Amino acid sequence: MTETWLLRNMRAVRGRAYPRIIGSTREPSWVFFDVVLPLLTVSAYAYIYKFMKAPEEFVGFVILGGAMTAFWLNILWSMASQLYWEKEIGNLSLYLMAPISRMSILAGMAVGGLFETTLRATSTLVIGIVVFGIALSLSSPVMLIVVFVVTMISLYGMGMMFASLYLLFGREAYHMSNLMTEPIYLASGFYFPVRTLGFWAAAGSSIIPITLGLDALRQLFYPASVAEYGFLPIGTETLILAVLCVVFIMLSKLSLDYMEKLGKTSGRLTLRWQ
Amino acid sequence: MAVNSELRTFKNAAWLGWQMEANWTDPFLFAIYSVVKPLAGTLILVFMYLVITHGETETMFFSYMYVGNAMYMFVADVLFGVTWVIHDDREHYMTLKQVYIAPIKFETYIFGRAAIKIAITSFGVLLTLLFGVFVLGVDIDLAAVNWPLLVVALILGLATLAIMGLALGGVTFLTAKHAMGINEGVAGIFYVLSGVIFPITILPGWAQSISKFLPVTYWMEGVRRGLEPGVITALGSTTGLQGFSDLQLLLVLVVTAVAFLFISLGIFRYADKVARRKGKIDWTSAY
Repeated sequence: MTETWLLRNMRAVRGRAYPRIIGSTREPSWVFFDVVLPLLTVSAYAYIYKFMKAPEEFVGFVILGGAMTAFWLNILWSMASQLYWEKEIGNLSLYLMAPISRMSILAGMAVGGLFETTLRATSTLVIGIVVFGIALSLSSPVMLIVVFVVTMISLYGMGMMFASLYLLFGREAYHMSNLMTEPIYLASGFYFPVRTLGFWAAAGSSIIPITLGLDALRQLFYPASVAEYGFLPIGTETLILAVLCVVFIMLSKLSLDYMEKLGKTSGRLTLRWQ
Repeated sequence: MAVNSELRTFKNAAWLGWQMEANWTDPFLFAIYSVVKPLAGTLILVFMYLVITHGETETMFFSYMYVGNAMYMFVADVLFGVTWVIHDDREHYMTLKQVYIAPIKFETYIFGRAAIKIAITSFGVLLTLLFGVFVLGVDIDLAAVNWPLLVVALILGLATLAIMGLALGGVTFLTAKHAMGINEGVAGIFYVLSGVIFPITILPGWAQSISKFLPVTYWMEGVRRGLEPGVITALGSTTGLQGFSDLQLLLVLVVTAVAFLFISLGIFRYADKVARRKGKIDWTSAY
């Protein structure tokens, strides 16, 4: 590994992240479409908790879950499906010809996606807090940052792995992403504490990093509700997420190499509209 | 002659829509796919309810919420079905310009594609309702259903939604890769303000005023009165629309359907003109 190789790949990461980051400023209409409008569905869930006279923190749970949906949607539509889309529009072959690691392209997608989605999720969260007058506890800001960072690394690692797996999909890619929306919202407890599903169901869902990440964030924002609604201790959840970071990034590398080889031998890497 | 041509366009567009929706996998997997997604969406709400009520589902409000959520699938999917045609044909298959230059009416093509979405959604709605009745004890008594009201309200509502979808399709022409956001957002407005999962009376006064301008509010009430008259009677003034008779509800739906037909056609044709002028018919923005 030479310095030139490293610099070249760093440039590739920056190059792939660039359109996503710059796109956020060049296309301000996203503020309306991606921040204000999704908040409406979240508001409906908040109102139903209010109607049922649920404890106050449930409205906060919903707003937090609603903000986190931005990350999951970004994983499905802008990470997992992306190499498939790149194939459809003809960029994939250019990536494969370039003298760079394929992981740099995935990492660039992740960095760009994380940037634009964090902006969106933060905006949703802030507007939700203001509109519904939610009080969040910020007693452990360092832990909050740690949990968020490991959640995002493992989540985007998972997205990188999915991107490789989706590479050989045809139109199944779209349907797979579609299928993994509501069922994952349900399994990961986006709008209610995941503990409600029962221990084993929640444990199974924990393979999706956002399940544990969201639960840990809720525990940190609402420490008084930990005993009643928390799934696992925050330390345990953070440790599992850290393990998932390593596992998903390794798996993404392995699956990308395998899928690329398979795609080349079966001649499907440039096949479009299948 | 012209009618035959329109029917042929509609039929072929519906067939194309069916192939695009279903032929990516085998029929068994497609059936599972069609069931899992709507059921999961409904179960989110069920678990939200269970966590607060500690397992109680056989209540009037649960039935109100469950039926509303099941019927809302039509709102989301019909709007989505119409709008997504523009996005999919333009950005994914890149065939929008070929469809444009074909000797067919574009609006008919869109409605044909959307029709198949309505058919698939109907299957999901039906299964969700059956699951609710047999597993969760949702209060629907077939003998008590007001069938004429249910059928007329359902047809009027679906027609209104498809027409509104046309306006959103026009907006999609002019916006970059936001088809999904537009759909979710507009459907979200209806979800919050139209008494889908909670009565509009819980909303602040200003929001209730907006609710009463939205056709989906009346559609939901009409469909509920047809499907679960006992629940609506028991909830009484909580729904906020007790002052409307069944006929008045249907009348509101007819008037809004006609009004939206003119508005949506106007928006769509204007957007179409602007999109052609600005070269957005074959635009791609999936970066």
